[in-house]
Amino acid sequence: MAIRERLSGNEAVAYAIKQINPDVMPAFPITPSTEIPQYVANYIANGEIDTEFIHVESEHSSMSATLGASAAGARALTATSSCGLALMWEELYVAASDRLPIVLALVNRALTGPININADHSDSMGARDSGWIQIYAESNQEVYDNFLQAYPIAEHKDVRLPVMICQDGFITSHGVENIELVEDAPVKEFVGEYEPEHYLLNKKETMAIGPYAVSNYYMETKRAQRQAMLNAKQVILDVAAKFEQMTGRKYGFFEEYRMEDAEYAVVIIGSAAGTCKAAIDQIRENTGKKVGLVKIRVFRPFPEEELAQALKNVKAVAVLDRSEMFAGTSGPLGAEVRAALFGAKADVEVVNYFYGLGGRDITITDFEEIYGKLENIAKTHKINDMYSYIGLRSK
Amino acid sequence: MKNTVEIRWHGRGGQGAKTAALLLADVAFKTGKYVQGFPEYGPERMGAPITAYNRISDKKITVHSNIYEPDFVAVVDDTLLEAIDVTHGLSPEGGIVVNTQKSREEIVKQLRGYQGKIYTIDAREISEKALGKYFPNSPMLAAVVALSGVIEQEVFLNEMRASFEHKFAKKPEVIDGNMAALELTFEALK
Amino acid sequence: MKSTEINERSPWQDITEGNQIYEPATSKNFCTGEWRTQTPVFIEEKCKQCLLCFPVCPDSSIPLKDGKRGEFDYDHCKGCGICAKVCPFGAITMKEGK
Repeated sequence: MAIRERLSGNEAVAYAIKQINPDVMPAFPITPSTEIPQYVANYIANGEIDTEFIHVESEHSSMSATLGASAAGARALTATSSCGLALMWEELYVAASDRLPIVLALVNRALTGPININADHSDSMGARDSGWIQIYAESNQEVYDNFLQAYPIAEHKDVRLPVMICQDGFITSHGVENIELVEDAPVKEFVGEYEPEHYLLNKKETMAIGPYAVSNYYMETKRAQRQAMLNAKQVILDVAAKFEQMTGRKYGFFEEYRMEDAEYAVVIIGSAAGTCKAAIDQIRENTGKKVGLVKIRVFRPFPEEELAQALKNVKAVAVLDRSEMFAGTSGPLGAEVRAALFGAKADVEVVNYFYGLGGRDITITDFEEIYGKLENIAKTHKINDMYSYIGLRSK
Repeated sequence: MKNTVEIRWHGRGGQGAKTAALLLADVAFKTGKYVQGFPEYGPERMGAPITAYNRISDKKITVHSNIYEPDFVAVVDDTLLEAIDVTHGLSPEGGIVVNTQKSREEIVKQLRGYQGKIYTIDAREISEKALGKYFPNSPMLAAVVALSGVIEQEVFLNEMRASFEHKFAKKPEVIDGNMAALELTFEALK
Repeated sequence: MKSTEINERSPWQDITEGNQIYEPATSKNFCTGEWRTQTPVFIEEKCKQCLLCFPVCPDSSIPLKDGKRGEFDYDHCKGCGICAKVCPFGAITMKEGK
């Protein structure tokens, strides 16, 4: 029986952690993720779980301690945001190359500067090349569901990679919404006990983790890491299928919303996808125009071929990026989508928009305008700018 | 009434406007609705003007933007009326409730010709009468329910009693006081 | 996969996950003595067994048994010369070559 609840995104993640009862959680507070370790600390203090909480003096240390715990054989996790993630930089790469199945609850927040506490994806997008699997959520329900799927993906023998479970700071992390929780027993069964094959505290096997790799080994190691990322695709789908059996909720690499007959599509990540859905319903009802949405859930590994398939029949696509990368063409999602469509030789017009940087709101009206522009582009085949901005004040 | 009722709360940091929005989401949730309750966050601290929002609907809510054209507005502190355009975007079909000790006429004057329903409520008087202390949340919550009709008053009162009984299990003496605050508010707004 | 089965010709598929090594003391398999361009020579009659040389060796190439040092482990000694420097009795000298 599903439990009908209303929770904030941070509460939902903390609740998932409680249900999983992992072994070790080192964490350092940073807005807007602070509540997650706070709630977990409460669960521990109340005797509801026996996770070992480690108070550390920085995020460099929280990720280091998470690595150490995971290498020792523990199911370990931490939570952070923004500059906290930046301070973990070095360890992010170590976690991935050491193939440690760590889970990180990331509450997306703009990276300084200018200093800002609100949602954008500059923190996790900056870490997109670190070798972590990245899974994003539209709603509190999705971040909870994604978190439950994180360890089964990370710990799978074909994968063994760290997983970042991302949600938009404040918008979902601090917003209360309806949510359906899974009962404890099925969660425990779904996530399972962690039985690492190799770990440092194993008395029966002496081992070393993270040796120096000279040039003769480094490249082979990276290729093997890529293989784990490639393998993760099937595992992500398998875990999602098992999750659907448990909950009835379906997940894949991305969600297609009203794409069956869509001529104009938006590609987006995160909470704004929900606003886009509302805009789509409104546009279709009022004008009958065939608009749709592809919401990226899994950004790493990037579902290149599948995405190209989903978009190849539309007339024009707007890719919306919630982080800047100062490239010639677009933001990080825009670059991936363009590459995917180019690789598939798809004849689709693509435009890129920056939106929501540093918490700038995006509304139904904004999406209506975007679809209007797509219609125009499809008609004229004229794209004036490779990228533009939504909600930017300009002369 | 449209599918989703949108409510905007204005308060000052520390006065409980965010808590009131979350309480409204809670009680609406308990009556079977889909809800959202969320604050607009910045670096503000105690005393600074803050905004919080509710969406309440019979259908699943996916929108994640702020609310710019609310159906209803609740103002927890009347000193905000000078600094903030509280009726901005407010639907003339909807209404506003202001917590104030001033007369209704004075408040109407400050609302820049707003055409919708205008309720004023003296949450301080009601709270002090019912609870002996100033907790504006219970009267404000009841006032928003009375203004918006988003929940039937009787259903609301039953849910609130259940929730107070749960919350104040160890302090049963405050349950009746809080219930009285809600009922006095409904009476005052009849 | 044993570490001795992995070498600089191993394809990427044959390298352990995260380069993890599943056995102890594998550094013994790596004969760093091959790097040596100068070699310490142990002159046993001058040695007072003060053992100042043993702890300073960066490669643990001065074996110790029953409180006495023995002949150098030339498989691993890189010829750094620190032992010769610390010996107060001239019991270690450095010679050119292996």
